[in-house]
Amino acid sequence: MAQHKINYLQEAGLPVALTTVDKLVQWGRSNSLWPLTYGLACCAIEMMATGASRYDFDRFGTIFRASPRQADVIVIAGTLTKKHAPFMRRLYDQMAEPKWVISMGSCANTGGMFNTYATVQGADRIVPVDIYLPGCAPRPETLQYALMLLQKKIRTESASYKLQPKRLV
Amino acid sequence: MMRQYKEKENVQKKPYYSDRFWVAPQVPKFDVQSDTVFAQDLAVLKEKFEIVDAYIQQGQMIVYINSNDNVDVLTTLRDELSYNFLSEHSAIDWLAKRGEFEIFYQMLSTGKRKRIRIKCFIKERETLKSVTGVYKSADWAEREMYDMFGVIISGHHYMKRLLMPDDWYDHPLRKTYPLHGDEAAQWYEIDKIFGKEYRDIIGPEERDAARIDVDDTHRFSHIHHEVPFGAPVSHEKTATDYQEEGGVFIVKKLKKEDAKILKERP
Amino acid sequence: MQKVNRLKPFFENLVFEREDNHMIVNFGPQHPSSHGQLRLILELDGELVTKSTPDIGYLHRGMEKMAENMIYNEFLPTTDRMDYIAASANNYGFALAVETLIGLDVPRRAKVIRMMLLELNRISSHLFWLATHALDVGAMTIFLYAFREREYTLDLIEDYCGARLTHSSVRIGGVPLDLPKGWIDGLNKFINHLPIDIGDYEGLLDQNRIWKMRLENVGKITPEQAQSWGLSGPMLRGSGIAWDIRKEEPYELYDEVEFDVPVSTTCDSYGRYKLHMEEMRQSIRILKQLIPMYEQTSPEIMAHAPQYISAPKEQIMTQNYSLMQHFVLVTQGMRPPVGDVYVPTESPKGELGFYINSQGNPYPYRVKLRTPSFFHTAFLQELLVGEYLADVVAIIGNANIVFGEIDR
Repeated sequence: MAQHKINYLQEAGLPVALTTVDKLVQWGRSNSLWPLTYGLACCAIEMMATGASRYDFDRFGTIFRASPRQADVIVIAGTLTKKHAPFMRRLYDQMAEPKWVISMGSCANTGGMFNTYATVQGADRIVPVDIYLPGCAPRPETLQYALMLLQKKIRTESASYKLQPKRLV
Repeated sequence: MMRQYKEKENVQKKPYYSDRFWVAPQVPKFDVQSDTVFAQDLAVLKEKFEIVDAYIQQGQMIVYINSNDNVDVLTTLRDELSYNFLSEHSAIDWLAKRGEFEIFYQMLSTGKRKRIRIKCFIKERETLKSVTGVYKSADWAEREMYDMFGVIISGHHYMKRLLMPDDWYDHPLRKTYPLHGDEAAQWYEIDKIFGKEYRDIIGPEERDAARIDVDDTHRFSHIHHEVPFGAPVSHEKTATDYQEEGGVFIVKKLKKEDAKILKERP
Repeated sequence: MQKVNRLKPFFENLVFEREDNHMIVNFGPQHPSSHGQLRLILELDGELVTKSTPDIGYLHRGMEKMAENMIYNEFLPTTDRMDYIAASANNYGFALAVETLIGLDVPRRAKVIRMMLLELNRISSHLFWLATHALDVGAMTIFLYAFREREYTLDLIEDYCGARLTHSSVRIGGVPLDLPKGWIDGLNKFINHLPIDIGDYEGLLDQNRIWKMRLENVGKITPEQAQSWGLSGPMLRGSGIAWDIRKEEPYELYDEVEFDVPVSTTCDSYGRYKLHMEEMRQSIRILKQLIPMYEQTSPEIMAHAPQYISAPKEQIMTQNYSLMQHFVLVTQGMRPPVGDVYVPTESPKGELGFYINSQGNPYPYRVKLRTPSFFHTAFLQELLVGEYLADVVAIIGNANIVFGEIDR
């Protein structure tokens, strides 16, 4: 036997990768999640800080997009008020499938400290939420961690993303 | 069992304990004559208008006027007494106690470095003349006042709700309006987006911030015991690592011992 | 099972088709450069704006109603969420209003710490303003640089109070903590480096052709307009009126420190940009004077007023009467005197005033939050008329509006 035979199964020595279509598609999806620039309140500032120089969101393959048609994930960053709720739902409907929702901060999760007449008591009354992110306001690291959890969740999903019976509509 | 009687006129939170013999102290009031600038201003106002009351509190003069004089008083203040800013204008709800609103105009003179507060009372159904012709900053302040209290303003160029949606019911800052909103407010977004028939499907709002239900997997997952939406509660611990063991395609798993920890910012 | 979507269009009251040549453009409430949830309905003649109608309230969270249902100390963290770029300025404004109401004097060390926090907040807010304004105009580089410096201010504030954004760093009657060890060194390092960074930004922007073309003679505000619309802060000083509450009606120790009030007489956006940069330099100057002042003070940080303010922790733990007072103050809340006060402070955005009407109860009868951005946004009705559509975003960015404090 030739001693110089390449061991194709060694790490980084593999010219052909064998995987399932599911895994490949979801790997691609999870590593280029484009969020919508959707800032509502205080958490939006932390979302901007996540995108800025120190925390650098781009290394997760996330680039903020201004149009819901180009976005995969919507980060509800801040207090969702009753006046704004129809717009929120409209933006969510405008996004192309597959789409995911991160609810960032206590206000978006449950209404938080704003237990008043004008605040939606949890964004999950309006849209189905994938990741709830606690904190008021969550630090940029928390948002990054939430995104990584979302990536993991996407990797476990099936690529043929059929419309699952989510809770709302 | 009889239903507990609750006051309807003021539904704000009340102290659960009050001492019968407690007499609250007053913020000290001073005579207007103690300040020469204010005394001159008041003399000018007194010549033209009926002044109900005037005193100095915390270095600011407070003048009570009749509500139908408001535009003329503010015009005098701006043109003759150089009060060039209307910094704030709003109302206080005294409907339950006195059946009227207290209106205040907070003014500033940058030349004299003085602030005065003009106050007047109006009944619930009375109209208040708009002062947007004198100070434009009253434009939104008056709209907000109408939105929040239902104070009716005459002569405003665009009298619409400012903060609440146009189809909102009632005026939120009145004392008769509960903090959590009335029924129309509580179902507002559901009615608007999905329609009234979806109220049953979506269910009422959870207003108790302290309520924790670990068995409810429809809202949040119990941390470290995450299960899919609506699935029964699991008692087995789930891994909360964001990466699968062994990493994913191309991306290696980051291990804590491989991580580099910086003691100080570079 | 997918059901029919019942969402109806929300542009219920807008008529987009018109008889004449004018066009209606709906801007917001969710637009990347609307600085929050501003909705503008613009009427255009070609590219010129002929009418603008701002629509706000998309972030109205009912703070004034909350204040009526809370004891005074409970409301303090809520003020963080008003102007969330400079949260300590709001905490401070509210604390000062309550202190004025109950007639309280704060120990000198607390005053110095408060002023340090206020000025750090001003720097952080102005850096944020520069970053987002530049991003709106198209200068991405400045966004990244200014956010880098802003992180250092946030580090300092985080060292002090543990929060990056919602500080709650001021208490009624003083400050909760003394400065941590080594904090002054960090501050020194920061304020020695910041002028160099500001010089860098100015090097990038001052003579930049695009920056000048986008800002010069755009968004002109005459002094008459500024007075009539109740503008304050940099918007007022940007139209040639030298009015800074720190200077004219000094609170805390602002009468003991030396600083200048920059004024721009060009009345346009470029002048306001220069003014913001100069204000940051003045803040650095104030901070430099505060460091020796801090070292000369005695270590009390909370006022002594057992009727209104809890005693220090050691005293609560050792003395029975202090414990009882603390219990009453936490469960029932303080009962300030009957009366009403309006206390203005100079927040980074302008005149931030708290009007409190107290009836001697633990719950305030009425709290009105006078926020600068509210009046600046109202002014957009007049400011945007006659400008080009492309400049609308530049003007909104320049006005430095924050929706947390507009809608409250």
